[in-house]
Amino acid sequence: MFNGFLGFFKKEFIQIFRDKKSLLILLGIPTIQILLFGFAITNEIRDVRIAILDYSKDNTTKEIISKIVSTNYFKLYKMLRNEKDIERAFQTGEIKEAIVFSQNFGQNLEKFGKANVQFINDGTDPNTATTIIGYTNSIIGQYQNEITRTRQIPLIITPEVKMRYNPELKGVFLSVPGLISIILMLISAMMTSISITKEKESGSMEVLLVSPIKPAVVIIAKVIPYAIISVTIATIVLTLGRFVFEVPIKGNLILLFAEITVYVIMSLSLGILISTVAKTQQVALFISLIGLMMPTVLLSGFIFPIENMPIWLQPFTYLIPARWFIVIIKNIMLKGSDFSTILNETLVLFLMILVTISISIKKYKIRL
Amino acid sequence: MKAIIAENLSKKYQEVQAIENVSIDVNFGEIFGLIGPDGAGKTTIIRILTTLILADSGNANVNTFDVVKDYQKIRKSVGYMPGKFSLYEDLTVEENVKLFASIFNSKFEENYNLIKTIYSQIEPFKNRLAGQLSGGMKQKLALSCALIHKPKILFLDEPTTGVDAVSRKEFWEMLIDLKNQGLAILVSTPYMDEASLCDRVGLIQHGKIMQIDTPTKIVQDFKHSIFGIESNKVYTILELLRTYQNTYSCYAFGDKIHYIDKRNKFDIMDIQNFLKGNKVENFIILDNVKPTIEDCFMDLMRHQ
Repeated sequence: MFNGFLGFFKKEFIQIFRDKKSLLILLGIPTIQILLFGFAITNEIRDVRIAILDYSKDNTTKEIISKIVSTNYFKLYKMLRNEKDIERAFQTGEIKEAIVFSQNFGQNLEKFGKANVQFINDGTDPNTATTIIGYTNSIIGQYQNEITRTRQIPLIITPEVKMRYNPELKGVFLSVPGLISIILMLISAMMTSISITKEKESGSMEVLLVSPIKPAVVIIAKVIPYAIISVTIATIVLTLGRFVFEVPIKGNLILLFAEITVYVIMSLSLGILISTVAKTQQVALFISLIGLMMPTVLLSGFIFPIENMPIWLQPFTYLIPARWFIVIIKNIMLKGSDFSTILNETLVLFLMILVTISISIKKYKIRL
Repeated sequence: MKAIIAENLSKKYQEVQAIENVSIDVNFGEIFGLIGPDGAGKTTIIRILTTLILADSGNANVNTFDVVKDYQKIRKSVGYMPGKFSLYEDLTVEENVKLFASIFNSKFEENYNLIKTIYSQIEPFKNRLAGQLSGGMKQKLALSCALIHKPKILFLDEPTTGVDAVSRKEFWEMLIDLKNQGLAILVSTPYMDEASLCDRVGLIQHGKIMQIDTPTKIVQDFKHSIFGIESNKVYTILELLRTYQNTYSCYAFGDKIHYIDKRNKFDIMDIQNFLKGNKVENFIILDNVKPTIEDCFMDLMRHQ
């Protein structure tokens, strides 16, 4: 039996590497995608027009305003006189952000160590909005640090963020974690399902069935090369993310790759499941794209935040493996979390693997 | 001990009755030919016996194992060559053979002798991709792969379809050689002329076996006398003869016509006159044409 496994495993590799074009596409597409997405994320903030409504007009607000305006990031469009002007400035499309200082800003900061500033942003372009808020926040944060140093009690400026036109916007994400989960799902599931159905279509499955080799052995030998390719692709994406776009990997690398492997196995078993249903490569491709890719892109929270989805739709996102994997990988990469934080998500993935494999075994035909 | 026993196999695909009450048996050291046109049910029989599909009714044993219960034991002990070329076209000849050796848990080098006579013919091309082989060489490769694990029983589904005449002849020589080594071979073919190379044949049409016997016996049993008609107007003559009152049967046979009369004794001039009366001039009538399996097949079809 082991002979058969080894022979089949070797054969799979020969076939994959002999088909140079497909291999190039397999490795090339993720690279191109990460570069495209990467540059889309890092579109730099420069000369963003802002308006400022200063109810306080004291020295502190003046200092902050001059700090904000002196950077290359922002350009003062107008000092506003009242709240109505804010709406007008947004409507004419002249500004991307309005900063409102509350009354007695400087006094409050002096007396109570606390003061409020409000950012109002254009939510129609959520990604830009988030970035702008980040920049504004950090400038104010810097100022806060500077003035605190000279005092004993820390001074706190509390920014309040308001989104116009898309108020519920939360953590829209366009980044490496989401991309990895989609690419891996696509490659693992699609490639395995196509490769298994190819055997059916070409008739070689017929010969394999009339042989002592067990279908499970055939499938495992078939799936491992794709698992290796998938993990390689994940490595490429992570490396590009790390060194080209400086996406941090704060957590444990071994843990990260272990979780990637779990997710790859999940995707591969979905591919196997598809192949038990699909009779031709075209059908397999179709199911992979429509049945897996679309829901993964739409429901994983990668592009559309789950919190913004209609309530009735949200439970469906629990069925999407990528939804769980994105949480895992975001936690490891960006927050540096350890295994205990992502234990639940990992267990969900394992449960999914178990269910998918069980259905596949049940559906697998030992005859034609 | 019989190599294959099939009793009353029936199989229906949706509305189509693929085979009906098929019973055959094959001995070791015997080539059994399933002879019939496309769609007769040959592939269905072979697939049931190779455990690939289940019959609706009837039962079958291969190498004493039941095709339903002991399917795994059968899969270990038979060689199977499907009708469609089913090896890996993107692997080389050698890679294919070695892969199948490993799948059957045997070593290519150890079993090389088994397939030597066949494989040696394609060995010069061992580094060529299987997809780039000619039809005849593909079949030789497929046969090598089917034999690499020393099966006792060989199932071949239309192995010579789409293969040139020379390769066909060579292929049959190999089969006869294998038979002499004691293998049981069940082979299907649409070519009637290959029937005479089998030890026994089953003539099959519309899912039913019409006759099972040795090719010689089948031909001997043929009761009618056949007249051959040669002409450059085969089609016109066929049309005419079909309207002729004394015609028992007539059909194109190669570039000739085979004609059988209803009457036991008659004057050959009758036909000549009939044709000439219908303004056909250029033809030769041959007396006492030796019947072939195809003639028997055509006759059996009339009775079905």
